[in-house]
Amino acid sequence: MARIAVNAPVDVRVLENGFSVGEALAAFNAAHPDSGGITSFVGTVRPDGEVKALELTHYEPLTLPGMEEIAAQAMERWSLDGMLAWHRVGMLTPGQSIVLVAAAARHRRAAFEATDFVMDHLKSAAWFWKREQRGTGADGAWHWISPRDADYSDRARWEKE
Amino acid sequence: MSVKVLFLGPLADLEGASEREFDAPLDWPGLLSQVSDNVAGQLLEARVNIACGGKVLPEKTTLQARDGDEVALLPPVSGG
Repeated sequence: MARIAVNAPVDVRVLENGFSVGEALAAFNAAHPDSGGITSFVGTVRPDGEVKALELTHYEPLTLPGMEEIAAQAMERWSLDGMLAWHRVGMLTPGQSIVLVAAAARHRRAAFEATDFVMDHLKSAAWFWKREQRGTGADGAWHWISPRDADYSDRARWEKE
Repeated sequence: MSVKVLFLGPLADLEGASEREFDAPLDWPGLLSQVSDNVAGQLLEARVNIACGGKVLPEKTTLQARDGDEVALLPPVSGG
């Protein structure tokens, strides 16, 4: 049995604390026993260079409704049994998980595409801002991370059809 | 009689504050004239949005915030 439960068909969360990807996926699998295919994507804080910490802020009145709308669009666009979209806020350190997206479907293509779609929208169309702390010393310096052009073009791919 | 204005993400650094109170009512010209020049410049960019009362305005120049409203200035996001 999974130690945590996820809502079916859609489970969307903004999380203040760290979470176990393994437990979340076990619970998602348990919630969708009839799905032939489950895909997932995990985004983590890259442990590169001098990055010491990453802080994610959001605008609470918009964040969860916006994520729920993204998940609803995926559910409508593909034939899915379920979606999970969890996103961290607060202070993270390299190696920690920022985001987990999973899709359950009868066939794999829908699950892959829906996961990709939700990630592209979480990157550049959900209400999060991140900055990272780099450099030496106790405090280091904070740098806001701007969205990349690739983030916009990745999302635009879904508008063509 | 005031409107709370929130500066999200990097806009807080540009303004030097994460929130300020302005007199109500507050419209687009009133907002531009009261925020710092740096933030006013950002607000003119297409990718910066404004929410009022928990809803993103489809056209930010139509801002009409009343007493008690919360206005959020939303720069380009970076999630994931």
